[in-house]
Amino acid sequence: MFDDLTHYNFTLPTEWHGVYLPGLVPYVAIAFFLGFSLALVPFLVYMERVVIAFIQDRTGPNRVGPRGLLQTIADSIKLFFKEDIRPKSVDVRIYYLAPALATLTALAANAVLPAQFLYFKDAAGHVLSVPFTVGDVNIGLLYILAMSSLQVYGVVLAGWSSNNKYSLLGGLRASAQLISYELSMGLALLCVVLLAGSLKLSDIVAAQNIKPFGIDSLSDVWKGSIFSWYWLGSLGVPVILYTIAMIAETNRAPFDLPEAESELVAGFHTEYTSMKFAMFFMSEYISMLTVCGLNAAVFWGGPLPPLNIWPLNAVPGFLWFVLKIMLGIFSYIWLRGTVPRLRYDALMNLGWKRMLPIGLIWLFLLAGLNLLKEPNDGVMPPNPDAVPQVQVVQPVEGDKD
Amino acid sequence: MQLAPTIFFWIMAILSIGSALMVVVSKNPVRSALFLVVTFLAVAVFYVTLSAQFLAAVQIMVYAGAIMVLFLFVIMLLNLSAPEALKERGTIQRPIALGLGGLFITALIFSQALLQMPTRPAPAEQVVNLGTVQSIGLSLYNPNLPWLFPFEITSILLLIAVVGAIVLAKRKLD
Amino acid sequence: MVPTHYYLVLAGILFTIGVIGVLVKRNPIVIFMCVELMLNAANLTFVALGRHFGQTNGQMYVIFALAVAAAEVSVGLGIIVMMFRRRETIDIDEVHLLKN
Repeated sequence: MFDDLTHYNFTLPTEWHGVYLPGLVPYVAIAFFLGFSLALVPFLVYMERVVIAFIQDRTGPNRVGPRGLLQTIADSIKLFFKEDIRPKSVDVRIYYLAPALATLTALAANAVLPAQFLYFKDAAGHVLSVPFTVGDVNIGLLYILAMSSLQVYGVVLAGWSSNNKYSLLGGLRASAQLISYELSMGLALLCVVLLAGSLKLSDIVAAQNIKPFGIDSLSDVWKGSIFSWYWLGSLGVPVILYTIAMIAETNRAPFDLPEAESELVAGFHTEYTSMKFAMFFMSEYISMLTVCGLNAAVFWGGPLPPLNIWPLNAVPGFLWFVLKIMLGIFSYIWLRGTVPRLRYDALMNLGWKRMLPIGLIWLFLLAGLNLLKEPNDGVMPPNPDAVPQVQVVQPVEGDKD
Repeated sequence: MQLAPTIFFWIMAILSIGSALMVVVSKNPVRSALFLVVTFLAVAVFYVTLSAQFLAAVQIMVYAGAIMVLFLFVIMLLNLSAPEALKERGTIQRPIALGLGGLFITALIFSQALLQMPTRPAPAEQVVNLGTVQSIGLSLYNPNLPWLFPFEITSILLLIAVVGAIVLAKRKLD
Repeated sequence: MVPTHYYLVLAGILFTIGVIGVLVKRNPIVIFMCVELMLNAANLTFVALGRHFGQTNGQMYVIFALAVAAAEVSVGLGIIVMMFRRRETIDIDEVHLLKN
């Protein structure tokens, strides 16, 4: 698998004062991902304001703190102390449930991103490689897609419970947009799964750790390099599809008509004030982090360095991962400042009539190329249910297993 | 029996039965739909404990993430969430249904002592890869197994459903 | 692992709750939701027994049942939408005649 990324020879011992270290990895990962997601949000808000100000040729925040660095703290204090208004005719429980649900599903999807590979060497010299995720499930990619499809509920319930026609329409439009672009996202990711052969995110990262297109005559420098990542391996189109779909999934510019300030009052979160609004805001940034993280892991190599030479691969993997996420978010903000908003029917048109057929055609193309690469000579793989069908009837003498 | 999986099973069982009951008991259809989503998520958790990981993720994506969203759309767009009026219709029907249902549930719970499976379950080492995508794919595309033909037919079925839904929901252009 | 008959009893209880819901409720959308609950109970039975015998057959059936349920929901909701458009009410006690 990943046995040759130990070029910087950094392995941890398996036992340390009697504590089995690989078993601690999920807990440390929980703390890390939770802390990372929540702590990065204020920084992202600040970064967005600075970058948008630069694009729009004006000064950014410069009042609070040096170069405006404390701006987000000032914003959070303002939002926290705003009056918590609850309109009388809302459906109370759903009204308070919606922002919590949005944040919860956004955070839950962060659990399987492969930030780093940790190597543990035990006393016998065997190296165990453990990905630094909360749970490296066999269905990692499908889990993130499932959590993304649960994010629709936050939007729909917010629009509904506000008991306000504009919120309802905004919520329904936003959720229709979300479920439309989930399909294109899934198809783009399916192209990668076809190439990698597994849904496990650490396997997808490991499958990008090869020489570009499997050409063996290239030197070792190019192993796991930028040209062997799947943005090129899937021939360029799925990464474009996924990027467009991910921007539509997070309801950001140019797809942010449902929450645009000049349309529909403020869309589905019109009736939400102070902390509840802050939670929606936060859930948007956290889901931005998640989809950028998935983009980085699946198409841009995750924790792999761009070239396999000495100073670059001595840097720990999760720094590369964070760098790629930051580049993704920078491009998000860049798009927000540059591209005008898409009208709603143009948006749906793009999702259903243009991106979905392109995704399907590309999936077939890649499947065909895969077949050309490894022709199947008519041998059927073994039947997984090949256990004998007849079960011996065991006498049941009060056995409790 | 080990303690932790059993406790976990009981907690999830109470959660799923409780939310299923709330589906039936709620007067507001939106709340019924939300409780049904909770039930689906609980069933997905059960699938994971039964080594059917792929199916759990698909259940969340399809049932909880798409079908219930469709239900919610219809309820919200047609504004059908007015609580049911207390009309005195069908007075004999409700108690009979509740009585028979309660009787059946009681019989089920008390028959648990009698209801032992005659064979032992498959050991954990054998089912370690039971629900992975690879094993489901091997069963699905295997021409010796009966699942390939239904797979192809399902695609036509979904096409029919899409066409049917569009035809039904279209307004007549006159 | 938890004994298989626990899962069967649980699925039976969920199924019964679904049946009670279909008989008692008057809003056809809620009736439809209880039908989905019954389908899920059946799916749970299939998966539990598939795990018991160590085969993937249980899960294969559930995949197809899931696909069919999705198709059925879309068509069924289309019918309900049409019914509502005709009559402005969907109380099932009032729309019990097929004509009109």
